[in-house]
Amino acid sequence: MLAYVARRLVQSLLILLGVSLITFALLYVLPADPVRQIAGRSATPQTVENIRHQLGLDQPFIVQYGRYLLGLVQGDFGRSYLQRTEVGELIAARLPASLELMVGAIVCELILGLTMGLVAALKRGTATDQALMVGSFVGVSAPQFVVGLLLLYVFAVRLSWFPIGGYGSFSHLVLPSLTLGILGAGWYSRMMRSSMVDVLRQDFIRTARAKGLRRSAVIFGHALPNAVLPVIAMIGIDIGMFMSGIVVVESVFGWPGIGQLAWQAIQRVDIPIIMGVTLVSACAIVLGNLLADLVTPFIDPRIKLQ
Amino acid sequence: MKSFLSCSVAALALGLALSASAPAFAEDAGMASAKAAEYQPDPDAKEGGAITVTYKDDVSTLDPAIGYDWQNWSMIKSLFDAMMDYVPGTTELRPALAESYEISDDGTVFTFHLRKGVKFHNGREMTADDVKYSLDRVTDSKTQSPGAGFFGSIKGYDEVASGKADGLSGVEVVDPSTVKITLSRPDATFLHVMALNFASVVPHEAVEEYGADFGHHPVGTGAFKLSDWTIGQKLTFEKNADYWRDGVPYLDQITFEIGQEPIVALLRLQKGEVDIPGDGIPPAKFQEVMADPDQKARVVEGGQLQTGYITMNVTMPPFDKKEVREAVNMAINKDRIVQMINNRAIPANQPLPPSMPGYDKSFEGYAYDPEKAKAMLAEAGFADGFSTELYVMNTDPNPRIAQAIQQDLSQIGIKADIQSLAQANVIAAGGTKDQAPMIWSGGMAWIADFPDPSNFYGPILGCAGAVPGGWNWSWYCNEDLDKEAAKADSIVDPAKADERDKMWSDIYDKVMADAPWVPIFNEQRFTMKSKRMGGADNLYVDPVHIPINYDYVYVTDVQ
Repeated sequence: MLAYVARRLVQSLLILLGVSLITFALLYVLPADPVRQIAGRSATPQTVENIRHQLGLDQPFIVQYGRYLLGLVQGDFGRSYLQRTEVGELIAARLPASLELMVGAIVCELILGLTMGLVAALKRGTATDQALMVGSFVGVSAPQFVVGLLLLYVFAVRLSWFPIGGYGSFSHLVLPSLTLGILGAGWYSRMMRSSMVDVLRQDFIRTARAKGLRRSAVIFGHALPNAVLPVIAMIGIDIGMFMSGIVVVESVFGWPGIGQLAWQAIQRVDIPIIMGVTLVSACAIVLGNLLADLVTPFIDPRIKLQ
Repeated sequence: MKSFLSCSVAALALGLALSASAPAFAEDAGMASAKAAEYQPDPDAKEGGAITVTYKDDVSTLDPAIGYDWQNWSMIKSLFDAMMDYVPGTTELRPALAESYEISDDGTVFTFHLRKGVKFHNGREMTADDVKYSLDRVTDSKTQSPGAGFFGSIKGYDEVASGKADGLSGVEVVDPSTVKITLSRPDATFLHVMALNFASVVPHEAVEEYGADFGHHPVGTGAFKLSDWTIGQKLTFEKNADYWRDGVPYLDQITFEIGQEPIVALLRLQKGEVDIPGDGIPPAKFQEVMADPDQKARVVEGGQLQTGYITMNVTMPPFDKKEVREAVNMAINKDRIVQMINNRAIPANQPLPPSMPGYDKSFEGYAYDPEKAKAMLAEAGFADGFSTELYVMNTDPNPRIAQAIQQDLSQIGIKADIQSLAQANVIAAGGTKDQAPMIWSGGMAWIADFPDPSNFYGPILGCAGAVPGGWNWSWYCNEDLDKEAAKADSIVDPAKADERDKMWSDIYDKVMADAPWVPIFNEQRFTMKSKRMGGADNLYVDPVHIPINYDYVYVTDVQ
């Protein structure tokens, strides 16, 4: 077990290194010159070169990348070119909001997805089943910015049930969580349905029925716990989905998380921020996957870590 | 010139509402204080209350040496002061931290007499040493200020900018309340430069304490002080009770809420939760707002010192032929483009905007005439037209405007492919020789830093800007005009201000004779406010304070 975790951690580090190298290289070849942006329109060529030198941007790629890694090892993400603030500080200030949104989204998708999947499995083959599965398909396919704007328009603008974007109270959290959660709910309802259908076919369920247990006792006491565990193990993998989702959803709802930070930085070609957010997201995805793999054997003893 | 980091047509900076006024100028202290008296306090103004202003993007920095976008520009103006500023709502210079000033006859020595008893937000009194420190700091290459170049006329600038000297030799502290600034050449725009945010006076101890984070912990002498900054969420400004100008500011507090889409801000304004949507009226909602009398009554319209234009790269064939450039000038239907953006602009025929001194009212420019354009193109040897590329920034409405330009060009046989890119990439393409044959400047257009005609020449039309990484995207370089420009800017005598403006008119007329640009339009500015906001209209389209002059507006619903 320990050896497995250690090996996976080394692999994760290599993946992160790869992500950092590719992102850094992509941003390096970008035709935009960050120094011109810092220096402004009235700067003389001499000033521009001065700034370029101070930022080390006149160095060859490998030196720049090496310096960045060296800083990273010491926990230094560098300073934003345009805000002139430490990137680590900007990310730290915004990370709690993104995590809050993520927890909200997980709650939404589990409640929605598991319920839909359960009902569909129990009503297998009926119109309800089909309607639910079409619904989940729509949830999976709908672009998040469309879902977000739709929810915003109906529940905030028209009905005034929730605030129109922003951050702070619980009511601010509902719509963005729902927007993110609808996508996941689509996946979960399908997985839950097939998992439940599988379990219902198992011998122990037939035994439970045969010994005369009530239907609800069979479903909630025997089938559900067995069906739900493999589904829940997927949450780790979900984190990757959230990381791509938050860029859109946070921008639509004005949610002050790292997705919004990334979006603003991309528009302004603020390279240190783009690097920082990319790495933090990559970290979350890698850790999420690792977590999902580590949790699985506890849930299903038939699976062994290799 | 501010670099607008992400802007729509809705809300661009530095507008100008008033008729052309020559740069204010005073040879003696008497004249200077007479200017200061020109502003009459609003008799209806009420003290107290708080307002909410919204923005979509994070505030980047509040360091006056660094901040250079339309969002932080007026915030910094309310936190800091410089030697000079402008009479509220106008482009007229008045002394600020300087009580008075003198200019030597040859226009190279400016002596500023500081106001006494002015205190920084940290309680310390401001002195002449702080003025020198601030100017040394902004020009020091280690500060990486985008505004350092404005101070190029101060003696010793080159040494400081290149790191050879620690301080400007041209800035001398005569006594604790007198600063003498010597220029290496007469500069007719120097008093405007001393009113820029970059010339703000900062206390050295606070800069040293916070270092690179001074932009998050600003300490100035301004009407407001920063009391809270929650990154990504909001900033709060509190009234500076010790402000050296009597009676202002009226407001006790301003809250800037960050991360609000313009459309959301507008909805919240209608609910009474927001007082000023900082990003303006979103283009999609503009007609709806203007069609509703109740909402329209709360919109203030003003001009701004802005011109949107197409550049044609004169070093790239076929745009190296003047006839081709003239033909393009005649081919563009500017009225239609203005209609496309809901008439939020007026068609332009020259580089200067109408409210700028030196604007040539009699200049006719190139009238829209596709037939004649086609004939000229044939004359230049392109009877069958040619293919080219039009670079454009990829945010609305710029791609739509580019399409209109593309259609107009196709009428005379020019096939233009649109390259729609992120702002930084268009800027990079423009600054690379022989890369971008045509660029539509929208979203990156030139907006003046101060109301003076010279501000539209040097970097964008002069030889100095026609260098790799420069902003002269036409790569137009006319050395004769450069000489005339230098001559005009050496006229410091206020009695000759009209003569100087005339010289500048001639320069721009000659530029247009060579037709490196197609001037398209001058944007108008529209600021929306809540019902309870009070104060003269020109405070809401203040040429210098964007979107509004925070120091002088007030709310009507306080006791």
